[in-house]
Amino acid sequence: MEQFLQQLTNGLAVGGIYALIALGYTMVYGVLKLINFAHGDLFTYGGYLGLTLLTSLLLQGRLGAVAGVLVLAAMVMGLVGLLGVILERAAYRPLRESPRLSAVVSALGASIFLQNALMLIYGARVQVYPEGILPQTAVSVLGLQIPLMRIVVALVSLVMMAALYLFVQKTKIGTAIRAAAIDQGAARLMGIDVNRVISLVFLIGPALGGAAGLLVGLYYGQVNFTMGWIYGMKAFTAAIIGGIGNIPGAMVGGLLLGVVEALGAAYVSVAWKDAIAFLVLILILIVRPTGLLGERVAEKV
Amino acid sequence: MSALLELRDVTKTFGGLTAVNDVSFDVAEGSVVGLIGPNGAGKTTTFNVITGNHRADRGTIRFQDRSLVGMPTHRIVSLGIARTFQNIRLFQQLSALENVLAGRHCRTRAGLFAAMARPPGQAREEREAVARACSELAFVHLSDRTMELAKNLAYGNQRRLEIARALATDPKLLVLDEPAGGMNEQETDDLVQLIGKIRERGITVLLIEHDMTLVMRACEYIVVLEYGVKIAEGPPAAIQSNPKVIEAYLGTEEA
Amino acid sequence: MNRKLLASYALAAAVLAAAPFLLDAYWVDVLNSVGLYALLALSLNLILGDAGLFNMGQAAFYAVGAYVAAILSTRLHVPILWALPVSGLAAAAFAAVVARPVIHLRGDYLLIVTIGMGEIVRIALVNDVGGFTGGANGIFGIARPSVLGHRIRTPQDFFFLIWAFVALTVFLFHRLEQSRFGRALNYLREDEVAAEGSGVNTTRYKLMAFVLGAAWAGMTGSLYAAKMTIISPESFSFWESVLVFIIVILGGSGSIPGVIVGAFLVVGLPEIFRGFATARMLVFGLVMMVMMVFRTQGLLPFRPVRFKESDVPRPT
Repeated sequence: MEQFLQQLTNGLAVGGIYALIALGYTMVYGVLKLINFAHGDLFTYGGYLGLTLLTSLLLQGRLGAVAGVLVLAAMVMGLVGLLGVILERAAYRPLRESPRLSAVVSALGASIFLQNALMLIYGARVQVYPEGILPQTAVSVLGLQIPLMRIVVALVSLVMMAALYLFVQKTKIGTAIRAAAIDQGAARLMGIDVNRVISLVFLIGPALGGAAGLLVGLYYGQVNFTMGWIYGMKAFTAAIIGGIGNIPGAMVGGLLLGVVEALGAAYVSVAWKDAIAFLVLILILIVRPTGLLGERVAEKV
Repeated sequence: MSALLELRDVTKTFGGLTAVNDVSFDVAEGSVVGLIGPNGAGKTTTFNVITGNHRADRGTIRFQDRSLVGMPTHRIVSLGIARTFQNIRLFQQLSALENVLAGRHCRTRAGLFAAMARPPGQAREEREAVARACSELAFVHLSDRTMELAKNLAYGNQRRLEIARALATDPKLLVLDEPAGGMNEQETDDLVQLIGKIRERGITVLLIEHDMTLVMRACEYIVVLEYGVKIAEGPPAAIQSNPKVIEAYLGTEEA
Repeated sequence: MNRKLLASYALAAAVLAAAPFLLDAYWVDVLNSVGLYALLALSLNLILGDAGLFNMGQAAFYAVGAYVAAILSTRLHVPILWALPVSGLAAAAFAAVVARPVIHLRGDYLLIVTIGMGEIVRIALVNDVGGFTGGANGIFGIARPSVLGHRIRTPQDFFFLIWAFVALTVFLFHRLEQSRFGRALNYLREDEVAAEGSGVNTTRYKLMAFVLGAAWAGMTGSLYAAKMTIISPESFSFWESVLVFIIVILGGSGSIPGVIVGAFLVVGLPEIFRGFATARMLVFGLVMMVMMVFRTQGLLPFRPVRFKESDVPRPT
């Protein structure tokens, strides 16, 4: 039982991270119908930038642990969000009218570019986060010793997701995003500046991804330049599970995937952990391609 | 003797909307039947259900006494029903000839092995298919455009090319979805002639049209739908004076 | 086939035939790599270029072929060239089974599924499923092929074997292009609804495209196994699938000469700039982005010329 609860909470923490990244994929797909292959790399940038800022600005020394990390997070999110906006302008906007495959190839090219740029700057080795940024203690919950960091990661993810959900559901701009995702043409006719909406989506999505990267760095203590690929694929799976384009779906999908994976690794096999995500992906696509919460898209004949 | 095509109580619902509601009618062999009605009446959906693009929720569709419900579209084509589309679906990047050749696909057999090994039967089959495609192109007066890419053809020519492709499948029933869409008076005239010639070949025609003059001239029997329900059927004269039909259209008769 | 193309092929063949005698072993080996990627690109071209199916998991079929050949060679001592058709069949069978449940999926979704399948295959290989894949270390000790008693060992020997296979493939695939089968694939790519509505069994042809493309990738896999004598899961990663995908798109989707040229550029050019390692990858990514903006159709888009005026019967 204890093992189960430990893995469950672990799954929720990892799932929270997947969800944050998944949101980036799903929001972009919602408005552009494009799989942003470079999103995983933006997530990686979050982890690396966090490291650089941390070690160069020594915020935690100046502002204390919590405030320091919050400022750090804000900076990382801002920077990665900016990178996202630039990416959209450079790689996707010129291809709005082009066939779908072109955008896919461009996305791949952008991913290759970003990944290698990172490697050139930081080198290929794993980069380690400095120790002791946040207390490594365990907290006693219902008689279990659960690492504090795990709770922090899970909570932070949930808070961000809630914030995004409220933003998209309750604010005017959020509604504009939802409108553009349903029908870009109609949204434009309603007076919505679709270009701005798209830029905003490419600001928020990558920002969340960057935050996830920072969380990974803090939670696991290290970052490496291939983490974008693995986390990216899984987050993408999560987005599909929830229904690509569906924001609450991405959240549910991420958490679900994290938990299934953690339990699978513990009770089935660690070696096949990564395969679980892909198997789930394929099963979902065969059985219910629109995802658990998604909508059906029919083609008019 | 049963009709070539029989629909009985055909119903199709999309989500909350019943697009086709308990529609029944017959298409007699050798006739030209028109399916008309205001926009949103369910005409194209009815066609889609006949050709297998959608599956009817209820009802029967019998073609030469065989049920079509649940049959994949390409099989329905092999059985002898060919169609054109409301929004012209040609293979834009391919030539007119290649487009019409697509119609010969279901009447030819060469497979993968024949493609690579080129046995003599295959070469003959290809020649015959090309010859047949060319004769269909001649039939719709597009011979001079044989090698031209579909996307470069004028709109009216594209519509005729689609008909040529459908004719190439050796259909017994030709289903035309708004064949005169976007055509001017001269082109519409030519189309009426063409439909007449198709009929002379022994092919039955079922068409959807908004252009009333074409419908009245070309069709010998008309079925009228409104909001998914059949409200009238009969010869053109009867339909023209039918008060329910007039009300449904409220004078939107196109000159 | 049109005369200009035939002449180009003849010229290219002449130049290539001379290559092993003029270049040193390293560059001949580079050309061997180009040849293998050309074969992979041709195999993917059937699926992606001709049929228009988004497939980013071609490496999975490549792997199945390579591993089947390797296992037949190391465990059953089957001569590697006999394993070639078996590899092809194995990959084809695998594709038939795996593609069936997902073949109806819309473009983007199919892309994702193929990525997933590629990864599952790779993970299965690493985890030594069934106990005969050798896990992460792979399989070594694959025998060299021999043709009519002559053992194929050196890069020069492999050059002729690989490029002969390329020539055969080009010949057969051009025939396919000019056939009812090839046309059906194009109809399905251009407009699936119209194709089905014209009487083409689109499901069947999509599957056949996958199966045929897989068969060729599988056979290429056995050639690869024979050349390297060692294979491991790393050679069949997602990156390999992406590379082949890029070759097809950049070279000219649907165009046989296009994808061959694509293979030369994508595999050969970086070799010329080997000194620049990471920077060249950077440039590669940049080129991809730029090309899509300025030349979406690829370098050598080549519309198959079917039927000349003389083929068309004219009324007398």
